[in-house]
Amino acid sequence: MIKKGHYGIYGGQYVAETLMPALHELEKSYRQFIHDKAAIREFKHYLADYVGRPTPLYFAERLTSYLGGAQIYLKREDLNHTGAHKVNNTLGQALLAKYMGKRRLIAETGAGMHGVATATMAARFGMECEVFMGQEDIERQAPNVERMLVLGAKVTTVNSGSATLKDAMNEAIRNWIATVEDTFYVIGTVAGPHPYPEMVRYFQSVIGKESRRQILSKAGRLPNEVIACVGGGSNAMGIFAGFLKDREVALIGVEAGGSGVASGFHAASINGGRLGVLHGNKTYLLQDNNGQVRPTHSASAGLDYPGVGPEHAFLHEIGRVHYTVIDDDEAVAAFDLLCQQEGIIPALESAHALAEAIRRAPSMAADKTIIVNLSGRGDKDMQSVRAYKKEMQ
Amino acid sequence: MSRIEAIFGQCQQEKRKALTVFISAGNPNIAASEKLALALADAGADIIELGVPFSDPMADGPVIQAAANRALAAGTRLSDIIAMAQRIRLAAPHIPLILFSYYNVILSYGVEKLADDCVKAGIDGWLVVDVPFEESAEIQPILKKRGLSLIPLVAPTTSLERARKIVKRADGFVYYVTVKGVTGVRMELPADLQRKLNALREVSPVPVVAGFGIATPEMAKITVAHADGIVVGSALVRLMNEAKTPESGIARCRELTTALAAALRD
Repeated sequence: MIKKGHYGIYGGQYVAETLMPALHELEKSYRQFIHDKAAIREFKHYLADYVGRPTPLYFAERLTSYLGGAQIYLKREDLNHTGAHKVNNTLGQALLAKYMGKRRLIAETGAGMHGVATATMAARFGMECEVFMGQEDIERQAPNVERMLVLGAKVTTVNSGSATLKDAMNEAIRNWIATVEDTFYVIGTVAGPHPYPEMVRYFQSVIGKESRRQILSKAGRLPNEVIACVGGGSNAMGIFAGFLKDREVALIGVEAGGSGVASGFHAASINGGRLGVLHGNKTYLLQDNNGQVRPTHSASAGLDYPGVGPEHAFLHEIGRVHYTVIDDDEAVAAFDLLCQQEGIIPALESAHALAEAIRRAPSMAADKTIIVNLSGRGDKDMQSVRAYKKEMQ
Repeated sequence: MSRIEAIFGQCQQEKRKALTVFISAGNPNIAASEKLALALADAGADIIELGVPFSDPMADGPVIQAAANRALAAGTRLSDIIAMAQRIRLAAPHIPLILFSYYNVILSYGVEKLADDCVKAGIDGWLVVDVPFEESAEIQPILKKRGLSLIPLVAPTTSLERARKIVKRADGFVYYVTVKGVTGVRMELPADLQRKLNALREVSPVPVVAGFGIATPEMAKITVAHADGIVVGSALVRLMNEAKTPESGIARCRELTTALAAALRD
């Protein structure tokens, strides 16, 4: 980092003045929190007994033999309480909110997993919770809306713009501007203004730490490749954090290709976007020639976002992480294959990472290893997958 | 002397406060916005903010969001707004014109190129909603070199200590955000507004104008007792949004501006 809160030229704090004092307060409290032994002990206690960590690193033996190449390990974030990696971060931020004396949590959500994870922590710690969700996502992720409601959260429908994740985030930011004094904004990914990218990475880095320890114990050496899907990029940053210093480990981020980057209907910010500023940070952004943010397209609601976390932009620029693209059809095929071969229903988001492994593994030697971050479970996607297949017929 | 300094000097001489109006450029089209700007200048507006439409206006309420959507649907580009400003400048040589934008549109156009084009068009400064003090170093020197002002925001959440740092670097004027919230018409303004404005004026070397939520001549009058001027945005934009034709919207905006200007004179 060259300047505080920046990753090279990326990152920063591009928000309205009204929020700046809140970001300063948040940064200060966050630093205190992570250096407070009792606070971190509490975080670890809940990770173990409430979230269910460590999550297994599972050798997908049948899938590996089916593909006939590199050994594929799955980091089972789908087995976390609430069904995805999102809870690692919402637990951390909810504890921080409590630490700061805030009584109300707000969040944006796309696939609904972050919304559910935030509503869960609000229920657990007795806080008020409001989740902003685009109309389109409310329709395609209906089961998660039900979950948030039974957990006591208020779900606010967002109809502006494309009525998806970015618009939900706009509305959450607008709400925060008006309620900043008693409200904690729980951002679900490694994006947004500083300190969010750094803070979310910190809370998610447990994925990478565990994975590194587990692969050393199971395979006796570091993996050749680590693959994760990237929307905003929190599950990827979480697992990459454990391996960034291991130069021999190839790190691969997988963006959502939708109908293909060439078609223009995709959500691949790094592969199809250019430098921009949205939601408080400077990063790669899908936009038109006039600097207007472009609508994104992906079968997976959780990857349907026009930006990407600033650290990913930086890791791309310095070449430490390679960012590829998986289209909707490949992701759905990977979804099916994992169901059939391993009896695991992956989230459509995670199926993108899996599809990249399926593409790579057959041409790799049998003594090579790949870790795929299986960031979430796919129960929420049954309707989306059915609708997608019907449309393709 | 800059046009901004000149207008505040003139207001002081005439013992009145400055009226800044916000236009959502391109709502419903550029031709209407151009007519609207000239009508408001004629009706007594002292400064005009030209709002650049953005797909994701995070600091704006429903009124300006709707206006931005209409402007974008009409195909409004930043270059169209610069060209419009140039025409307004020819017809109204003295009125300060402030480009009011989110940063991404500026970044996409090119900061230096836009600054050059603004100088050519006779625009006097920028207000970039999502570039706070901490990030302003990537814009301010470029503007300063060309004699353009960067208008900073101070919010109700800004501490006096922080406000001091902000106004120290300010030129032109400083924009005080009257309410915690997004843009939009309010029924009333916060109780501590006067105290906050007085404190800010005490430390500010440049004039302080207050905006967000001010909709009527009565609210204008109360606010301006403790400021050097006010900004009216959503109240005017709403009239344009609701009008059956651009002409009828312009006529109603002209009426409101005349009434606001009168309230600032008493």
